[in-house]
Parts: sequence; C-alpha cells; structure tokens
Amino acid sequence: MGKTLYEKIWDRHVVEKRENEPNLLYIDLHLIHEVTSPQAFDGLKKENRTVRCPELTLATMDHSIPTENRGFPFGDPVAQLQVEALEKNCKEFQIPLFNLGSDRQGIVHVIAPEQGLTLPGQTMVCGDSHASTHGAFGALAFGIGTSEVEHVLATQCLQLVPSKTLAIQFTGQLAPGITSKDLILALIGAYGNDFATGYVIEYRGEPIKAMSMEQRMTICNMSIEFGARAGLMAPDQVTFDYIKDKPFAPKGADWERALEDWKELYSDEEANFDNIIYFDVTQVSPQVTWGTNPGQVVSVKGEVPNPEASSGFARSNVENALDYMGLKPGTKMEDIPINVVFIGSCTNSRIEDLREAARVLKGYEKSSDVRGIVVPGSQQVKAQAETEGLHHIFLEAGLEWRNSGCSMCLGMNDDFVGPNERCASTSNRNFEGRQGENARTHLVSPAMAAAAAVKGHFYDIRDWEYKLQEVNS
Amino acid sequence: MNPFTVHEGIVAPFNRSNVDTDTIIPKQFLKLMKKEGYGKFLFYDWRYLDGEEENPEFILNRSHYKKASILLSRDNFGSGSSREHAVWSLKDFGFRVIISSSFADIFYSNCVKNGVLPVVLPQESIEELFDREEKSEIYPLEVDLEKLVITDFNGFKESFDLDPFIKEMLLNGWDEISMTLQKEKSIENFERKHPIHFSLKDAVPQRNSE
Repeated sequence: MGKTLYEKIWDRHVVEKRENEPNLLYIDLHLIHEVTSPQAFDGLKKENRTVRCPELTLATMDHSIPTENRGFPFGDPVAQLQVEALEKNCKEFQIPLFNLGSDRQGIVHVIAPEQGLTLPGQTMVCGDSHASTHGAFGALAFGIGTSEVEHVLATQCLQLVPSKTLAIQFTGQLAPGITSKDLILALIGAYGNDFATGYVIEYRGEPIKAMSMEQRMTICNMSIEFGARAGLMAPDQVTFDYIKDKPFAPKGADWERALEDWKELYSDEEANFDNIIYFDVTQVSPQVTWGTNPGQVVSVKGEVPNPEASSGFARSNVENALDYMGLKPGTKMEDIPINVVFIGSCTNSRIEDLREAARVLKGYEKSSDVRGIVVPGSQQVKAQAETEGLHHIFLEAGLEWRNSGCSMCLGMNDDFVGPNERCASTSNRNFEGRQGENARTHLVSPAMAAAAAVKGHFYDIRDWEYKLQEVNS
Repeated sequence: MNPFTVHEGIVAPFNRSNVDTDTIIPKQFLKLMKKEGYGKFLFYDWRYLDGEEENPEFILNRSHYKKASILLSRDNFGSGSSREHAVWSLKDFGFRVIISSSFADIFYSNCVKNGVLPVVLPQESIEELFDREEKSEIYPLEVDLEKLVITDFNGFKESFDLDPFIKEMLLNGWDEISMTLQKEKSIENFERKHPIHFSLKDAVPQRNSE
C-alpha cells in the first residue's frame, strides 16, 4: 500500500515508536517569537535544562511590536519587556535572532520561507497556530502551545499521535480576479469552520499547481481556520524555483542532494486518505465574511443571511454574530460601509499581495471615511515593495505605509480597530474582539480590501476599473 | 503537574459554539510573562463592563457559578490561536474539566499539558446536560478519570473516550519533558542519520558578543 505525503514526512521523523504510546517525532525547525516563548524559557531555567539545538531554532519579534517607531522605549512598556526578554533568552541560549533592527525581521511565517529555512519534507513547529503556512512547501508544520515550545527547546522532539488525513481535491480553474484567499474562504464557508478538526489536509489538483508560492501559502495558512492543525501541498518545480538561492537554503552539491530527496515528496497513487472532498473552484467569487468565524462568509454579490433560515442552535449562532457585527439580515454586502482597512498579516502581506493591492489602488485615493494601513510581512518585503515603488501608490492613495509585524491582525500593538468600527481586513480571523474590543472584522483578499478603501464600502473587484494594468517597474 | 483522579464539581453552562481562544483570553493579557493569575482575565470582554465592573448578565458572574469547576460548552471549543494562556486562565479560574461535543486540536493538547481534562460527549448528551443543569439550582457532576465515566448521581451516567496514554499522563501527573529527556540515546542515534538541509550555524550568536 502506498503512503500519503503526510505519512512519508511523519515516518522520516519518528525517533521512537512504542505500542500504546505517542510517537516521538523529531522537529527540524522551531520558530519562536516574543509572545509564546517567555514562560517556556522560564520553565527550562527552573529545571536547569538547556536548549538542545539552538541552530535548529529561529527567533524573531512580530506579535506585539510597534510598526511605526521601532526603537526603545516603546509606547507600551509591557510589550517592550517581552521583547527584551526574548533578546536576553536568545543570547543566553545562543539562539539565532532576527531582531527588530534587522533587515531580516518580519512575521515569523513570512521570514522563514523568504530566508530559505522552510524546506520540503521538514517538520516545523511554532507557538503560533498559523505555522500551518509552511505546509505550502510540503513541510509538516503546525502550531503548538507554550508547554510544547518548552518541550521542543529542551529535546528537539514532541510526543505526538498521528492525525487523520483529508485530501481536498480541487478541480476546474479560478476565474480572473479570484485569489487563493477567496478560494480558502469559500471552502471553509461551504464545509464549516471546524470541518477539518483532527485532520491534516493535503490540498491537491491543477488549481494548486497553477498557483505561485505566495498564493499557496495563503491557503495553507488558513488551514487552522478550517479546524486542521496542518495543511500540506506536494512540492513541485514552482516550490523548488522559489527556494533556490534563498539565503539559508542548501547550495551546490547540497542543493542537488536535497532536490533528490524532495522529489519523493508526494502522495502515492495507491495511498489511502481517511477522507476526500472534491471542490470545483470555477464558481468561486470574491468572498467577504459577515460573521464572527471564518465560515460565516458569502460572495461580495451576496447579502447578510437571515437567522430565520436556520433553526435551533444554529439560528442563535447567526443571531449572536449579527448582533456583534451590527448587521441586518438582507443587507447587500456591497452596501456595507467600512471605516478601516488593514492590508497585512501572515495570510496576505507578501510581495504578491502588496502588488495586487497596489494594482487596484493605482491612480485612486481612499474614501475620506476610511483610515487604512499597509503592513508588509517582513522588512525584506518592505524593501522589495519600495524598490518597485508600491509604497508611493499606497501613500498617494492615503494609506499609511508601515514596518513589518503582525499588527492589526490581532491588535497587540498600537494598531487596532476601535469599538464598533468596521474593518476590511486581509487577515485570517474575524473573531469577536480580535482586532480590538468590539471591533467588527470582515475578511477579504488584498484586492478586495484595496477596493473597499477607495469606495468606502465593499465592492466587487471583478467590476473594478483599473487605471493602470501594470505597476511593476 | 498534580495527578487527576476523580473530580466532583459544579457545572457552569456556557451555551455557545465556536468559543475561540481570543474570547477566552484577549490579546492584551498575552504580554504578561507568567503562567499564573490569568483567572481574573478569563472571558474578559464578555465578563466585564467598562472599568472592570462585572457584567451581571454574564453567566460566570452569577454567584452560584463562581465556584464552578466543570465548564459545559458546545462545538469547536478553544478554536483559533494556540495561546496556552487560554487554558491557564480557565484553570486559574478554577476549571478542571471542560465538556463539549468537540475541541480544537491545539487547545485540547494544551489542556492535557496543564492537567485540565477535556471530555468529548455526543451531541445528545451535551443537550441532556444543558437541560439537567437548567432544571437544577446547582448541578454537580462527578468525573472519574480511572473509569472514564461522568455521573450526576441522579440518573445521568455516561462513559467517554480518552487516549490511553493521555489518561496515564493525567492520572500520574507525569512530566512529559522528563520522559522525552530519558530518550536522549534514541534522539542522538536518530540525528546521526537524519539530514537537515538548511544551516543556521552562521546566525548563532557567539556567547560573548554584544
């Protein structure tokens, strides 16, 4: 019997397997950041333990850092203490750190791929649920809690029970203007936000093969919003081309050896999945969430649902969401006015995302009712965007151009959405209070966020009048 | 971690599905660098009005639920962010058991690491428990981890599944990291033949560098 991609990666990392026990699984790369690591380091120190493999660990600051003035003192002294604690811990345990001043700093799930650290066939973990992003390279990557962060620091291993496997077989072809963000939102909307709980997903099919790595990462990133701990895609030439010559990727003979290894990373034809779903991407339209979980989503041409269409507890779910979101059933999505636009986050802050937003904004100004920030995923993305002149387009449109970080996705720093303000956001979670207390979040693609910034309300990107086809210099 | 054997406690009904970890513990409390003391921030946005005055409408603010140690909720409890602070806040408030029809994977794992028992019951049993709780002034349950049984001594008795290894861990209060550290030989043997294709060696800070 053949093996799935997941099983192949898993089997390559089993250190020890005993009956009635979880497998002891080796972790190739551990990404850490300032928010979920301090208690783990404290735990190590308390037990007189050390970091087993500092050279398989990478630290950066992303969650709570300011995106305007980066130097100390921070406006928020509590956040500064956390950042200082990570600096100190990295020094004490000799862990590589891309610090605030570094041109390699950025959102942890943006920098690992762009530095050539995310590689096919690896196991990767991070004290952050969006570690699933790295699955786009055929790496088994998943989020862990702080206890497990401590476990990996101390042992480079985790005790794990294999997940069930879910194949999502995409068919058809995405229509023009439709992005991978729309696709993953439509998928979660169709099956429900906890459908994939207990599974590791493998995304398959021609529509995936046709995507760039940036688009693929957006899909794997939101696997967690579908309930799955990890999402995988088999690596192909697009993957290899992306990785080649990245700073920390293998070079020369090492590259050739790695490539041989990676070409084995696909699910065998006769492999068995625990569950398979087929999803035709042809009909996917631009998506906008209306509720308080990512499965509560409709087409931009659709309308706010009526709770009376559901019964029992499902009905109160809709009612609670509409109450929080301040929306009336039957309202057309295109008629919903917004106050804030956020273009950024580990879902949509890579160079392609910014190009897409800039292409829409070129020659336009934002609505006077809207404030907006563009937060590149890394300082490298920032530099690239500035080389291409994208920042001029954002600034001329009246949006703010910031330094990299998680920013308004979760509002741990000064970038948050105010009470009852409504935000068109390219991030991944529309939970209550996520972007700020009583903030109302609508998840969209970068192009849709850009269009909403100009119009002051949601607007179907398929109807957009572009003022310039190409903004690339 | 303290061993978990039999727990008897009062049930607090939390009649929502998709309770996410942002709701359980909002982001502003993630800047704290400790594991204790998060109980007062649990469900912060729902639990307090402006100025940290208790919201009388919120279920856990009702006096007879303040001593609750068993939380009863619905589908997809603990979804979203991996923040272990969510479990730390539930535990610090006093919860030792959470009963739901399903849990998000990372949250489930975080519970176990902290000696909080996540119990999955079928939908019908969840409905029955909500119903029985509503009809009682105070509704206690006994959760027996050894026997994997929940009972209310008034006709409700239901067994539940748990991974046998997780059960042993909880019953004995074992420290998972100590267990893995004992396997050092196996880890070393594995590393000898396992390829790592990237190299961060040049980025490792020197001990005496500033």
